[in-house]
Amino acid sequence: MKSNSLAKQIRIESLKMVNRISGSHIGSALSITDILAVLYTEILNIDPSNPDLITRDRLILSKGHACSSLYACLALKGFYNIEDLKTYGKDSSNLMNHVSHKVPGVEFSTGSLGHGLPFGLGKANSLKIQKNSSQVFIIIGDGELSEGSNFEAMLFAAHHDLDNLNLIIDYNNLQSLTTVGKTLNILPIKEKFTSFGWEYYECDGHNHNELKLCLTKSYNSKNGKPKVIVANTIKGKGVSYMENKVEWHYKSPDENLLRQAIKEIENAK
Amino acid sequence: MRNKFIEKLVQKAEIDESIVLIVGDLGYNVIEPFSEKFPNRFFNAGICEQSMASMAAGMASEGHKVFIYSIANFPTFRCAEQIRNDICYHNLDVTIVSVGGGLAYGNLGYSHHAIQDYGLIRLFPEISILSPGDPIEVDKLFEYIMNETTPKYLRLRKSGETNYTNYNENISAGRWNKIIAGKSIFLTTGNGLEIAQRLRLENKKFSDFGIYTCPIWGPKVSNLQVEQIKQFEVVISVEDHLRDCGFGSWLNESCESNNVKNKLYNSYLDKSIIGKVGSEDYLLENFKIEY
Repeated sequence: MKSNSLAKQIRIESLKMVNRISGSHIGSALSITDILAVLYTEILNIDPSNPDLITRDRLILSKGHACSSLYACLALKGFYNIEDLKTYGKDSSNLMNHVSHKVPGVEFSTGSLGHGLPFGLGKANSLKIQKNSSQVFIIIGDGELSEGSNFEAMLFAAHHDLDNLNLIIDYNNLQSLTTVGKTLNILPIKEKFTSFGWEYYECDGHNHNELKLCLTKSYNSKNGKPKVIVANTIKGKGVSYMENKVEWHYKSPDENLLRQAIKEIENAK
Repeated sequence: MRNKFIEKLVQKAEIDESIVLIVGDLGYNVIEPFSEKFPNRFFNAGICEQSMASMAAGMASEGHKVFIYSIANFPTFRCAEQIRNDICYHNLDVTIVSVGGGLAYGNLGYSHHAIQDYGLIRLFPEISILSPGDPIEVDKLFEYIMNETTPKYLRLRKSGETNYTNYNENISAGRWNKIIAGKSIFLTTGNGLEIAQRLRLENKKFSDFGIYTCPIWGPKVSNLQVEQIKQFEVVISVEDHLRDCGFGSWLNESCESNNVKNKLYNSYLDKSIIGKVGSEDYLLENFKIEY
């Protein structure tokens, strides 16, 4: 399946999952969908039938609340049966509403923010010691950047030349209550990271060609610097009534809104 | 104790390449035998306890046996959520080492008094608490540390401790070790061992008391306590920790549903100690025995 088709399917499955349980965070899930689709079709070396293979690349979803997208992506890629998605958020399901390591293909459980980068840093550090050439990718939110643990990890990664570390920032400029700018301004991101000794990339987080180009460059760059990719995204991307609306951090589409959302996604180019 | 810890860690690292030591910018004149011998497996994380704990979890998830080393409350309270979510929930082979347990840094002030750490750590069902009473117990605990791949908390005092124990057998989790026989006993963990020795010498009421240590304890071995308590007339727990959520509190909870409560008493640091500074001896005037 090509990345564009995969992205459409992820969006549809993710919407259905959230609709079934009247769950939240669909806006965040749709924000990272294209990033996941490109990673899993074009970039990451991971075998769905052998997800623990030592040579695999590692992906960590630090913004664990966006997990419906990742669960859908993994199911569509064959890590487990797509029927399992129907258990999302239900009693005794492994598919809890923040990403869970009990799900095949998931490296690390998150939910509290600011844990993914320091944990991924540990993975990258170990892989380097073990002379394992696998790469570590971490997807983090823009609001999440204000957690101090990230800045601790940024220092360590550069100090120890961890060029197997790739941090993707889902820059949709919306967090829990309002925009990132109005909450706690994180700009300028580029200068923050480059002054910490990181290599910086930036792309449209919904344009698959740009994402592929940017992520490939990051993957292949081995000059001693950890790498950050700012993916400019839109929260709720692909569903007109959700895009850039903070309330879709919380709300769930009812049956009518779900039908409309699926129709928009199916008809999109 | 801290020197014995490093000596043993170096010994084990010579034969086990998975061992990694991460320090939180502490350990001057202690950790050098390791850092000099294994520079590729030694990291100073800087003054960054939160990322140090998460990073340790990440490294353990890739097969490393990770030790994180700091003092007092820094590798516990400062990074409590990282211990909970990253190390314990993922059940990873990380040993959190804290030097300065109890009042070892007595005159450095409240920030450096590790007198609530048991309470925090024993909240996590996946972790074992390792609290040696002397350097010999540190030595013996390494057998457990090397074989056990789940999270561990190793609470050390500092340096220059007297050896009281003399082991012929390995230490088992949750099992008590006889130091001095007696029908009634002090049951100690960590520096409680030295406190019990003093109580026995300084107070006639306790001169016939025996002493046992329990250096490995926590939620996983609560079920082993009742049968051991039953073997004695009186058991007084001894710890350099506040009463709430400490070692004695754990023992009390471990035998809540059994009829041994009339045998079990606690001794601990009274909360009046909070805010006081001074030598360990001076601060131990705030020690309280409920017997």
